[in-house]
Amino acid sequence: MSVASQWWEYFRFSYDALTANKIRFLLTTLGIFLGVTAIIVIFTAIQSINSYVKSEFSNIGSSSLYLSKFPWVITDNYWELRNRPEVTLDDYDLLKEKVETASWISPQIEAMRTIEYRNKNLEDVFTVGSNEQYVFTDNAEPEFGRFFTEMEVYRARPVCVIGQNVREELFKGRDPLGKRIKINGHPHRIVGVLKKMGSFFGFNLDNQVIIPYTTFQGISSHHRGISIAFRTDDPLLLDNLRDEIRGEMRKIRKLPPAENDNFAINQQTMLTDFYNKLTGTSYLVVFIIAAISLIVGGIGIMNIMLVSVTERTKEIGIRKAIGATRRNIIMQFLSESVAISSLGGIIGIVAGVLIAQLLLHKIKLDASVTLTTILIGYGFSAFVGIISGLYPAVRASKLHPIDALRYE
Amino acid sequence: MPENLIIEINELHKVYILGKTKVHALRGIGVRVRSGEYMSIMGPSGSGKSTLMNIIGCLDVPTTGTYRLNGQDVSGLTDDQLAKIRNKEIGFVFQTFNLLPRASALHNVELPLIYNGTSTGKRRERAIEAMEKVGLGDRMHHKPNELSGGERQRVAIARALVNNPSMILADEPTGNLDTKTGEEIMEIFDHLNEQGNTIVLVTHEDFIAQHSNRIIRLKDGLIENEEIVEEKSKE
Repeated sequence: MSVASQWWEYFRFSYDALTANKIRFLLTTLGIFLGVTAIIVIFTAIQSINSYVKSEFSNIGSSSLYLSKFPWVITDNYWELRNRPEVTLDDYDLLKEKVETASWISPQIEAMRTIEYRNKNLEDVFTVGSNEQYVFTDNAEPEFGRFFTEMEVYRARPVCVIGQNVREELFKGRDPLGKRIKINGHPHRIVGVLKKMGSFFGFNLDNQVIIPYTTFQGISSHHRGISIAFRTDDPLLLDNLRDEIRGEMRKIRKLPPAENDNFAINQQTMLTDFYNKLTGTSYLVVFIIAAISLIVGGIGIMNIMLVSVTERTKEIGIRKAIGATRRNIIMQFLSESVAISSLGGIIGIVAGVLIAQLLLHKIKLDASVTLTTILIGYGFSAFVGIISGLYPAVRASKLHPIDALRYE
Repeated sequence: MPENLIIEINELHKVYILGKTKVHALRGIGVRVRSGEYMSIMGPSGSGKSTLMNIIGCLDVPTTGTYRLNGQDVSGLTDDQLAKIRNKEIGFVFQTFNLLPRASALHNVELPLIYNGTSTGKRRERAIEAMEKVGLGDRMHHKPNELSGGERQRVAIARALVNNPSMILADEPTGNLDTKTGEEIMEIFDHLNEQGNTIVLVTHEDFIAQHSNRIIRLKDGLIENEEIVEEKSKE
């Protein structure tokens, strides 16, 4: 009750002060407004891009390891990596016998192929040659139909599993199961259709076909480069799995202990780690820019508050004579500076959300404005208001009532 | 009746240091004001009149000497303690009214109650009561610049009264008013005194001082003389 009425008095004090000098008030909020806008835009953009990227990464099996010639994130000299030997089907044949920690192993041969059904052509379809364990290593559950079997792989049967995009383009809603499509001219019978997977950084994951690697045309040679996916059903054994693959591979390649690996074992976390490192830096840069604009805004507020204290010297004198304590005076001026910065903050939040949505709409992303972002934006502005109002408020509270009353 | 003393000042000195020179504004003053008294302080400028008023009003503290206000020694209190004493014990009326220009008359009157934490409903009630006492029941929502000088001073008196202080301290309350309006304001003070309020009046006009029961005249930081005003000269 009494506390509430004092707060009401502080609010009235700020309201009077601010409405008395509307232009000055609005100009003062500008710095905070810009700073908060920047913070909101950046946080929203980064969060939206983050959630986009994270959902993209989740398309890669998180508990699988991928053995290949190149690492996914190349930080070493590319020309040295290029001279590495390819990972081949021979390696696969050896590793599948030796690597015991792996529950599933699939070789993966990839190429872009043209697919034909009757008189329709679909070019540049991502074609993967693998085995029946691909279902587990790459989470490729068919939505209907089935995946091809071990026997079909062993016998090199011309069967295939197609992606949603291939189905839509070639069959337009009709049942594709049992139909024959030609992959680079070679007929394959469709046994299954994959679930819809979406895209990975613009690459349409539904525009693909999976066939037994034994029927993959042009892979007659066992020296062509492939990659091999390993998965263990116990995620805790992932490190053991990695060590085992590495050990066996070094044995196959006959690498002496002093030599570096001449192959790469990739994992989804490599990409997320790399991405986090990349965005971490941009976070920092942007944060510094926003901080500078808030500091400048804060100095502006402090300056105006000092003017306000001088202008209201007489009023401070009256209030003190009537019984206002130092704390009352400090709170009154602090609430004024917080009101200035809060208004800047609120306008900044609105502007920031709008700008972020516009920008993200341009690059076709959904803006995810979270409550946290808004609270951070508001928190910053209120914080700047308190910090920049503190010195003028304390100064006002120290005025001697007699001097203040005499001031004209 | 010493327990009835509102003001008890002994051997009061006040020294200001202006650069290298010391100014002795008060050089040993003793004043006693009983509850219900109506006292004037007079003196030419430079007599120490304002300094004494500031100390009586707890706006300043003495250099040496003691000041007991309503039984409490206030000579050595901190700023915030003095603020609370001013809020509780003293109602100020100034020559220049000193109202908050952007606040309504009623809000100005409520101000002392805001600072002592009176609840909103009670505050409103007491402020309206005080406004009615000074005859401004119908002007409560006007801003000071919408009121005449006399009305402004009445608002200030209502503000001084609202917290039921031990004394009303008026500093040249008619100084900015024409003679007729000044008379009206003095009638309010007279009336308040009749109702038992203790009033200390600072003025340099003899006919204003004649409203009080007792006049003390200051000169060069000392009390030059003290005069009891006879009843008949008041009417």
